[in-house]
Amino acid sequence: MLRVELRKRRGEFSLDAAFSAPTPGVTALFGRSGCGKSTLISLIAGLLAPDAGRVVLDDDVLFDSERHLSVDARHRRIGVVFQDARLFPHLSVRGNLDYGARRVARETPRPVAFDDVVSLLGLGQVLARRPHQLSGGEKQRVALGRALLSQPRLLLLDEPLASLDLARREEVLPYLEKLRDAFAIPIVYVSHQFDEVLRLATRVVLLDAGRTLADGDIATVSRHPQLRAIVGPDSVGAVLAGHVESVDKTGLAVLRVGDAELIVEIDGAVVGQRIQIQVLARDVIVATGRPSGLSVRNVVAARVISVTADAGRAVLVELDIGRTATLLARITSRASEELGLSVDKQVWALIKAASLRGHVFSVPAR
Amino acid sequence: MLSPAETEALWLSLSVAARSVAFNLPFAILVAWLLTRTRFAGRTLFDAFVHLPLVLPPVVIGYLLLVLFGVRGPIGGWLHQNFGIQLAFTSTGAALATAVMSFPLVVRAIRISLENVDRGLEEAARTLGAGPMDRFVSITLPLIAPGILAGAVTAFAAGLGEFGAVITFAANIPGETRTLPLALYTALQTPDGDALAARLAAISLSLGLAGLLVSEFLSRALRLRLGR
Repeated sequence: MLRVELRKRRGEFSLDAAFSAPTPGVTALFGRSGCGKSTLISLIAGLLAPDAGRVVLDDDVLFDSERHLSVDARHRRIGVVFQDARLFPHLSVRGNLDYGARRVARETPRPVAFDDVVSLLGLGQVLARRPHQLSGGEKQRVALGRALLSQPRLLLLDEPLASLDLARREEVLPYLEKLRDAFAIPIVYVSHQFDEVLRLATRVVLLDAGRTLADGDIATVSRHPQLRAIVGPDSVGAVLAGHVESVDKTGLAVLRVGDAELIVEIDGAVVGQRIQIQVLARDVIVATGRPSGLSVRNVVAARVISVTADAGRAVLVELDIGRTATLLARITSRASEELGLSVDKQVWALIKAASLRGHVFSVPAR
Repeated sequence: MLSPAETEALWLSLSVAARSVAFNLPFAILVAWLLTRTRFAGRTLFDAFVHLPLVLPPVVIGYLLLVLFGVRGPIGGWLHQNFGIQLAFTSTGAALATAVMSFPLVVRAIRISLENVDRGLEEAARTLGAGPMDRFVSITLPLIAPGILAGAVTAFAAGLGEFGAVITFAANIPGETRTLPLALYTALQTPDGDALAARLAAISLSLGLAGLLVSEFLSRALRLRLGR
């Protein structure tokens, strides 16, 4: 477990954040640009001195202002990947990868092997190249490998995809997923893109103006009002996590979520895999009777938890689909009135299978 | 092609200039580092002091060196008594005077490249387990190598021609401190020395040009290595 409780004042900006992250596991630090995510990363890594607080990693105290204790950044064994890669320009890719590896203390165990990292990140062809000969995506992959080979107890990824264009992001994301599943190294992933968070993290810490607003599993935090405000009305949606129950001939997977079964499109799904999906609120239709003769694959029995006003003439309906699983639906306020939606009313939620894309987590996350 | 006296002056110039650079570099790197990376009381005064040789007449520098490093001076006397080292009126003294004169040039060149070093790279090295000295040697030094090289070559080229400080502190002794410019000056003072002066001037010119070309070539090669 990583436990963080830090305060830092920098001019006008003040940070006062507290969260915990499971180890292993991927925890996302999510918030708008300028909310203090990168500052928090620097503080945890030990590159910046906090004013007060504590950082404890697996019972190892790295910083404690009350005890005047602060482990130097180079002894924390925390690997950091920065937004701008920060590869050493005078060293080859191999030299960069070796830099941290050479400085690992003799008594430190070395579970991460050079060859494994090179093949996992697909760096075999570029080992002899210099950083300026690499594409943006390749640079970030080298930076990831370099951090991994320093045998870290924790990886801090500070918006590693933010400086890349969309195509490059899609190129690097699968490597991040592989890395997450291949090594049992806990990861704190900083991002202001919720789709990245959805693909990589199981826990989310919501940060706004230097304060932690929420800290919990992604399904819970995805419904937080502040998170909805950050992602914007079109990207609002509940995140659901479930396991693949069966896969049909056409490649559609049946996912068990709460009491419901959802049919989802997943590439190469395997029974038992943990899947995370986001059901966008705008993609959910609410019906008061069970409909028939529709193309919609997913018809889920639900109970209205709340109906709240949303942007424009819409309302956001929160639906309980059993075992604490929740859906969000955005409908017009007029539709809500005509259907007579009120708390505890039993309804049906309709979701097109084609609108759902599942993200595979091959290692069951805690 | 060259007369023995010319060869002597040429070699002496090259040797004095090379030794002046060797004196210079370690101190210049240290001073440049202090001026870019640290904040201390009297930093501005220190900065001005380092740049004094640029604005003072070289004769004044030579005179100050004589006062400090002369056989009866506080430092020169101590060196002479304890180690039998004499600097004034020797070629080592000429190298010292040359080094002091070109010191601000070297500091300036190194300082500019130090200011351009991305501190983020040093931070990255720190998270990868590198200590302060390790980071300096493995990251900072290679990154400022073009600046060090540029400073060294400039100092070398300028050192070939140092006149005022050398003649004041080390005098004009044939075979010991009579470098190219001093030999040229001496030739001009001698009747029928015009031809010799012209030849010495031509040698100086070629040397200076060669130095600048080599510097440009080396810094290009280094920058290519760094990928800029």
